[in-house]
Amino acid sequence: MIAEFSFDQFVFLLEAAQWTVLLSLLAFVVGGAAGFLVALMRTSHLQALRTLSAIYIQIVQGTPVLIILFLSFYGLAIYGFKLPPMVAATIAMTIYSSAYLGEIWRGCIEAVPVPQWEASTALAMTRWQQLRYVILPQAVRISLPPTVGFLVQIVKNTSIASIIGLVELTQAGKLVSNATFQPFLVFPIVAAIYFIFCYPLSRFSFALERKYHAHR
Amino acid sequence: MHYDFQFAFIFQHLDQLLVGALLTIRLSALSMVCGLAVGIFGAIVSIHGTRPARFAVTSYVELIRSTPFLVQLFIIFFGLPAAGIQVDANIAALVAMTVNLGAYSTEIVRAGMMAIHPSQIEAAHALAMTRGQIIRHVVLTPALEKVYPALASQFTLMMLASSVVSAISAEELTATANLLDAETFRSFEIYLVVMVMYILLALLFRLAFWLIGLVVFKRRRRLGVPRPRRM
Repeated sequence: MIAEFSFDQFVFLLEAAQWTVLLSLLAFVVGGAAGFLVALMRTSHLQALRTLSAIYIQIVQGTPVLIILFLSFYGLAIYGFKLPPMVAATIAMTIYSSAYLGEIWRGCIEAVPVPQWEASTALAMTRWQQLRYVILPQAVRISLPPTVGFLVQIVKNTSIASIIGLVELTQAGKLVSNATFQPFLVFPIVAAIYFIFCYPLSRFSFALERKYHAHR
Repeated sequence: MHYDFQFAFIFQHLDQLLVGALLTIRLSALSMVCGLAVGIFGAIVSIHGTRPARFAVTSYVELIRSTPFLVQLFIIFFGLPAAGIQVDANIAALVAMTVNLGAYSTEIVRAGMMAIHPSQIEAAHALAMTRGQIIRHVVLTPALEKVYPALASQFTLMMLASSVVSAISAEELTATANLLDAETFRSFEIYLVVMVMYILLALLFRLAFWLIGLVVFKRRRRLGVPRPRRM
């Protein structure tokens, strides 16, 4: 039986979009926390921590998100955890965003002028105090535009979770498309919903960049 | 919980995986060439085009950059047959990758062209160069040289993102892995090996871009690349 694309299907897409939003937020918050640690490790004065985090970033940035997703989906299953797709997707997206955010934020920390480190050393601040009171407040300001920009990447990449069967926006689109045989109608609607999330974010990122680099 | 990892069987299927990896390389390389061509064209239009043409390019770039690659792929693969055009999965994958990469390249190349100082163009005018000559020699070539690292990293990201074309069963590396997984049920080992293969591919691409950069942008070697400052 072929269903017509109706308001009900549209509501179904919007409901599924909630999972896209939830997954994006989880990936950003948990991945952001992990990414912050990665960034601190990358800029640490201990060589071992720098190397370790560099290897982590290289591995994650050299692997497609889909493969990370498969590994977390099947990998934890072999230890007897039968994970719902949402958990596997959250783990994979967290790993993905932690590596990218870690690398972005490393750049922001290193972009703070060296004299700031020297001056705070001269004030006998401990390394933690330097970070907390001098470096990070300036780095956070630099990091806002690229971080918001990366949020767009996170939202878009949550679509990959559809491949392991999580009914988020893309998978919902596929289900509706299979039921109605109107892919040329359904997928553009799905794309439009993503656009409504992503476009304002990327404009916001652009506006932030303009604001902070006004002197250029 | 005890689990025996078995990797030995994968080596019997390594040739299959290598064929898959080869298609990943071919898809990526082709989409890079086509995507860069789209990007250069789009960048020129978005700077020198008429108002409607500029609007069209901007819309294309923003639409592609704000929607997931997977959805673009579905529109092309499931949508085109509905519009009466039959496409093979590999071709659909290539088209989607080109469309996607074209948008990002447009934005990157445009940024490079905008960064050319106006005095360069004034100097070229003073030398009585034609508009075409100026665009080609004074604007485009140095612009491409300037944004080459950004283009290279975008291309590598595309190679990694190409794994999702397995969702429409194009026969690249990830799809081959899915196939092996369905035969052997050794998911974790297979995807672990495939992960290593992707990391090697990413390194290979980086090496290739470095070599291409050496050959194409000879001036770069003389100028030297500015080094990132260390703390």
